[in-house]
Amino acid sequence: MSTVSEPDRVESADAAEQESTAEVVQNQSQANLGELAAKRTPVPVGDREVVLKLDDVTVSYSGSAAIKAVSMDVFRRHVTAFIGPSGCGKTTLLRSLNRMNDLVPGAIVDGTITYHGHDLYDAGVDPVEVRRRIGMVFQRPNPFPKSIFDNVAYGLRLHGMKDRLDERVESALLKTGLWDEVKDRLKSSALALSGGQQQRLCIARALAIEPEVVLMDEPASALDPIATQRIEDLIGELKDDYTIVIVTHNMQQAARVADMTAFFSVDVSAERGGRNGVLVEYAPTADLFIRPADPRTEAYVTGRFG
Amino acid sequence: MIAETPAPASTFRRRRPRFGDAGLRVLAGVAAIGSLLLVALLTYKVVDEAWPSIAQFGLSFLWSEDWNAVTGEFGARDLIWGTAFSSLVAVAIAAPVAIAIGLFLSELAPRRLRAPVGALVELLAAIPSVVLGLWGIIVLGPFLQQHIEPRLGDWLGFIPLFSGSPSNVGLLPAAIVLTIMIIPIVASISRELFLSVPGDLKQGSLALGSTRWEMVRNVAIPQVSAGLVAAVILGLARALGEAIAVSQVIGGGLNFSASVFQPADTLAGRIASQYQGSTSNLQTASLAYLAVILLAMSLIANITAQLIVRRIRQRMGGAH
Repeated sequence: MSTVSEPDRVESADAAEQESTAEVVQNQSQANLGELAAKRTPVPVGDREVVLKLDDVTVSYSGSAAIKAVSMDVFRRHVTAFIGPSGCGKTTLLRSLNRMNDLVPGAIVDGTITYHGHDLYDAGVDPVEVRRRIGMVFQRPNPFPKSIFDNVAYGLRLHGMKDRLDERVESALLKTGLWDEVKDRLKSSALALSGGQQQRLCIARALAIEPEVVLMDEPASALDPIATQRIEDLIGELKDDYTIVIVTHNMQQAARVADMTAFFSVDVSAERGGRNGVLVEYAPTADLFIRPADPRTEAYVTGRFG
Repeated sequence: MIAETPAPASTFRRRRPRFGDAGLRVLAGVAAIGSLLLVALLTYKVVDEAWPSIAQFGLSFLWSEDWNAVTGEFGARDLIWGTAFSSLVAVAIAAPVAIAIGLFLSELAPRRLRAPVGALVELLAAIPSVVLGLWGIIVLGPFLQQHIEPRLGDWLGFIPLFSGSPSNVGLLPAAIVLTIMIIPIVASISRELFLSVPGDLKQGSLALGSTRWEMVRNVAIPQVSAGLVAAVILGLARALGEAIAVSQVIGGGLNFSASVFQPADTLAGRIASQYQGSTSNLQTASLAYLAVILLAMSLIANITAQLIVRRIRQRMGGAH
């Protein structure tokens, strides 16, 4: 239902290339973003199944709230983008969805985040099990200093998915379009790959253990335009099987890949000069970029702010 | 000279000598060459000093067991055994313990504990070895003699190592004192190594649903394995060369005993205890010969470490 038809994809890819070559990334006109966003076919509301439900979620570091009172639903087999200026807490929020924030000393999550109705922060929940189902891809490609094969097999071996290991590794590499590029050198070091290949390897590594949700924290921000486009195309393909949440600084990227977009901003007027990230608006991508309901969203997407 | 258009390259100011750069180069060069020179001179001097003994005994010095100042018969076999045994046992016990401490302090301990416990470990490294040796004489030796050695003898007495009657000096207390001495060094280096593992990699592993231990075993330890080997070899070198603490607790025995309960001696210990009171030129030369052997042992340990480190780095695919 929600896949982009073939000609559309080619067009948006062209648009992407032009933009990248011109290096016009920020301050794009609203019309242009709208065009991109309008190509996203709206998803029928009835088909939506909620995977992650956030209810009044506040994440604080040592007492100060990085992001405050967020309530939103993440839908199954959708791409959901988090956009907003630096410091608005979008990465923090993303990292609370698979309990990676547990690793940060002093980080506290208030409110509830449920995954298919199960409270992720319930005392009986093992964060290891959460991360097994909700995978993550980071800003900078972080392959292990091991062979390409061992990188993809890493999670499989951890989780005892050792039957059909070769097959699973191949399948994960096929999904990310990396198979043809690396099939003859699976035993060589992953560090010899290019940045874009490394990032696709990291995505393959995350997919290999068959998570339901993949969180991506600015997955293309360290990559060149061509590699960025491959990642974006890949996200479009993965949507058929996975639920994806992506943080991005790049509004065009959100407009190109996301079905739903959440715009976050920094609320400086909060009590005693605190800087809290807040969720300003969450809507289908086309609506958010063409008909923003909130003046702050409009100011941001038209380039008057941020 | 008019600044409206960019000046052509020919008008660039002439490159002037940079005294800071030149000075640094000279200083660093002198220091580097100086240290090489020092090692070479030192080796030459020690070999020169040892020459009468080398000329007299040749390589048979290495496996001769005699050490008799009266008859002028000298050999290093028992001392090589004492040095190798005490150092290797110390390293075998200290390495896993120290690496575990390093891991604990960098990854596992509650954050509030890390700094104070880390400081305590460093403090342990600062204890002068003679003080540690004193503790060995007063506390460790008697304790081993009364409580540990009789039991070891009961259970394992059929092995020559644990035969014989308990005493308060010997290879066992020496090995334990050395263990305590090298743990803090290896632990604090391991801690630094584990702290140097990129957070990206740790998170990458945890995000794949690994436990902390799985992350440590599969990512952190392989990442720093070359450094860990180097740290352990540093500890070994320290143990090989330690003279004071060892000679305080080892007993300085002149007769060989296979038992770790009996007095023995090491290369470094023998040099430290006899050099001043040496009664003949041959004895002095033989003590210098011991120093030559000790130098060679340290050199072999270091080269082995370098080879292992290089092999690990190759296996890691040029990760560094």
